[in-house]
Amino acid sequence: MSDPTKMKAVAANGVTEVRALMQHEMETGRRKDESGKLVPAWYITDFKVQHNGRTLLEGQFGTSVSKNPFLVFRFKGGKAGDKLALSWTDNRGEKRTDEVAIG
Amino acid sequence: MQENDHSTIDSSRRQALKAGVGLGLFGMLATLGLLPKSAWAAVDRKVFEAKSLKEAFQAMGGLAPADSNLVILDVPETAENGAMVPITVESKFPRTEQISILVEKNPTALVENLTMAEGTEGFITTRIKMAQTSTVIALVKADGKFYKAVREVKVTAGGC
Repeated sequence: MSDPTKMKAVAANGVTEVRALMQHEMETGRRKDESGKLVPAWYITDFKVQHNGRTLLEGQFGTSVSKNPFLVFRFKGGKAGDKLALSWTDNRGEKRTDEVAIG
Repeated sequence: MQENDHSTIDSSRRQALKAGVGLGLFGMLATLGLLPKSAWAAVDRKVFEAKSLKEAFQAMGGLAPADSNLVILDVPETAENGAMVPITVESKFPRTEQISILVEKNPTALVENLTMAEGTEGFITTRIKMAQTSTVIALVKADGKFYKAVREVKVTAGGC
């Protein structure tokens, strides 16, 4: 089971700033473990952030995004109490969606 | 510049047609998961396998992005930990549709592709892995055209 994305969103002057920290190992597939065996690639391939069902930002990751992918972005609109949802899926097909209310 | 006007989607479709693969077969292979395909977006995952900057731009549709001072790339001059290099890309173009980050000397060049909906600013802060000292490229798509900003980051301990 994956851990929930940590997310914070603050609206000010008509713009909402979103900070998100997805919880994922982001294994490149090139790292070796202590016994010298390659650790298989395991990483988030896709994510999207939605506001009232509308996609604000979506993206694709390769293996060079750091462990626990971190993002800051901004969008016009959004008000305190609105829900934002961040969804991701990884190369093993695992998915999760987490929500936060704009503060 | 002509090449820049084609989206990567158009280009991959063109390549599929060029290769003589019927759309029916193409669709079937995609459904069976035999083609590398992004989960939500119509982006070919092949672009993430490109080993060099040249290959990556080729795979993204034959891009030849122009340098632009409207693309602001903020990276440290020296990164002590290549596993976590902070990066901020800001595009001053009014309608920024996409920001991509590439690292020339990583095992695969393309790090991430981000697509902004209307109303989402051309701004992103994130953290990337760097294998060694390399140029970092911020690629921006605005109004259907591609632009870039390039900076070198010295890496003391590689993180790939």
